[in-house]
Amino acid sequence: MFNLFKYSSPASFYPLAGRLAVGFGIASAILLVIGLYMSFFVAPTDYKQGEGYRIMFIHVPAAWMSMWIYVVMACFAAAGMIWNTRLSSMMASSLAPTGAMFTFIALWTGALWGKPMWGAWWVWDARLTSELILLFLYVGFMALESAIDDPRRAARASGLLALVGVINVPIIYYSVQWWNTLHQGSSIKVVDGGIESSMSEIMLWTLLVMTFACWFYAVAVSLSRVRSTILERESGTAWVKTLLKGEQA
Amino acid sequence: MLSTLRCIVMRDLTLAMRHRSDVLTTVFFFIIVVSLFPLGVGPDAALLKEMAAGVVWVAALLASMLSLTRLFADDYNDGTLEQLMLVPQPLSLIVLGKVLAHWIISGLPLVLMSPLLGLQFGLEGDELIMLMVTLLIGTPVLSLLGAIGAALTLGLRGGGVLVSLLVLPLYIPVLIFGAGAVTASAAGMGADGHLSLMGAILLLALVLAPWASAAALRISVE
Amino acid sequence: MDKALLEIKELECVRGDKQLFSALSFSLEAGSLLHVHGPNGSGKTTLLRAIAGLVLPENGEICWNGESTEQQQDDFNRELLYLGHHYGLKFELTGYENLKVFANLSGSDISEQEVEAALTRFGLAHCVELSVKVLSQGQKRRVALARLLLQRAKLWILDEPFVALDTAAVALLLGVIKGHVAAGGMVILTTHQEVAMDAGQLQHLYLGETEPR
Repeated sequence: MFNLFKYSSPASFYPLAGRLAVGFGIASAILLVIGLYMSFFVAPTDYKQGEGYRIMFIHVPAAWMSMWIYVVMACFAAAGMIWNTRLSSMMASSLAPTGAMFTFIALWTGALWGKPMWGAWWVWDARLTSELILLFLYVGFMALESAIDDPRRAARASGLLALVGVINVPIIYYSVQWWNTLHQGSSIKVVDGGIESSMSEIMLWTLLVMTFACWFYAVAVSLSRVRSTILERESGTAWVKTLLKGEQA
Repeated sequence: MLSTLRCIVMRDLTLAMRHRSDVLTTVFFFIIVVSLFPLGVGPDAALLKEMAAGVVWVAALLASMLSLTRLFADDYNDGTLEQLMLVPQPLSLIVLGKVLAHWIISGLPLVLMSPLLGLQFGLEGDELIMLMVTLLIGTPVLSLLGAIGAALTLGLRGGGVLVSLLVLPLYIPVLIFGAGAVTASAAGMGADGHLSLMGAILLLALVLAPWASAAALRISVE
Repeated sequence: MDKALLEIKELECVRGDKQLFSALSFSLEAGSLLHVHGPNGSGKTTLLRAIAGLVLPENGEICWNGESTEQQQDDFNRELLYLGHHYGLKFELTGYENLKVFANLSGSDISEQEVEAALTRFGLAHCVELSVKVLSQGQKRRVALARLLLQRAKLWILDEPFVALDTAAVALLLGVIKGHVAAGGMVILTTHQEVAMDAGQLQHLYLGETEPR
């Protein structure tokens, strides 16, 4: 990626983040167009689930991203704690809304997918339940951050919470799996597993393209969010003042 | 090390004994929440028996959370918390002492009350014992994890609501294994797996939670 | 003889988005008293709390005996006594119980007689068995100050110690501070009251409004 230590100061990271955000944004838009075209017109109709399965092409990437972003967020939080770098904490907090959004999309599309597949909008399936709990974790992170007025304390406290959360995520995930196998029949599992085993190569490619579109989108959005955070926090410093003057001129 | 732990525990217990009503509030909250469920779902004995473990466990979660806000807040407000942070002892040890005292005040009474509430829901014999055992292993975890949330939200407005948002998702594994163990033993299956997993969670929480709470306190006391 | 030396190097503290002070450096030798001056909001309390280790400085280092205090927190805390705006007392406990907790946690045990003697020295005889909540503000402050006599700390950090004390108690406290400095101790304090201090090596530190960045 980029040299973390050279760009760990907000002043030098700000312009870089701007360029990266544009680049990733364009890449994401292109991939999204290709991915959507592939998912609607190229990928074949599933022999078991008909056309409805196509929602998978947004559901699965969103679910993957929701988990991945939490891990990345925790890594940034950890870096912020260890090296006491402000930028890492800013990155962590600007990733959270995107992560929460993907979690919400995963839940929503999961419900839409569930209606034709399982005959119900919501099933207490292990994955959906874990996803719901992940949403709670994101909401807790953002709520804690916004409840603290001092930005430094907010960054450190929410960073610690992200670390506690990331240690708990696997425990929660396995406990939900355990709970699910104990209380539910295996009928859902067959449908779920059925898709993956019967997935054709073109479906996999579509999924991959959509995943990268989502990933790049997440990078672009959180980078532009971190840019505004930088401006807000550093508003008193000389470089921001010259920057603003330059933009006004 | 043990003397430090004892000193903190005795201090907090003495304080709690001079505020006995606080302890009773938690226990009565627990009893009331549990008693509301039959009123909500109807007095069907079979249904209630099936729900019993889950209801008692959820109520225990809520009750333990209710008392969390007081864990550090009183000490924070009168400045004793910062003095405790300045004694030449590891802060995590002091946190552990406070958590232990919190459990004795608010967790142990729940464990002792639970068979009575189980009876109301038609649990019997082994199930009652299992309910008690799971709560005995599980409630310390609730106090330990809750301490992290309490430390993070220290001194914030609306801290009480916020702490529930932070802490309840972390309680889920304990809830699943705790209530699951009772259900499993009621169904005649062994609950050894559940209990050993809960034990593992307790050990993990004992090692990590005081440390994380100490870090959170350092952040919050600034 | 080991000359305990407190050294502040290039310290910078911020609160919220506001920089309180930066590049603050000074050192303190055994037997000296540092009086920190400054208007409200100039960061006096933050400086004192940063030295005590309660506030994480944005930049810089605090060294005790040539080693960063962060590296030797327990050892440093053993030598340190910080009394802030709050009394740090549990109102439900008696003066004796309050003081005993801190003595125990610092690794020493104190008897009721010692506490009685310390409280008597601060003019609070017969208050040992009373719970702190029935005492007046000044009396509570005196109980907190009794820790100065009971704990063998080398560095005292006192944030506004004269608040709520009557003239007699102010004189008493001054005497205690002078005695401590004369015995080779170190004191850092802030006060808005006019107090005649001429103990040991007296140093002054002025924190002003820092220029906006």
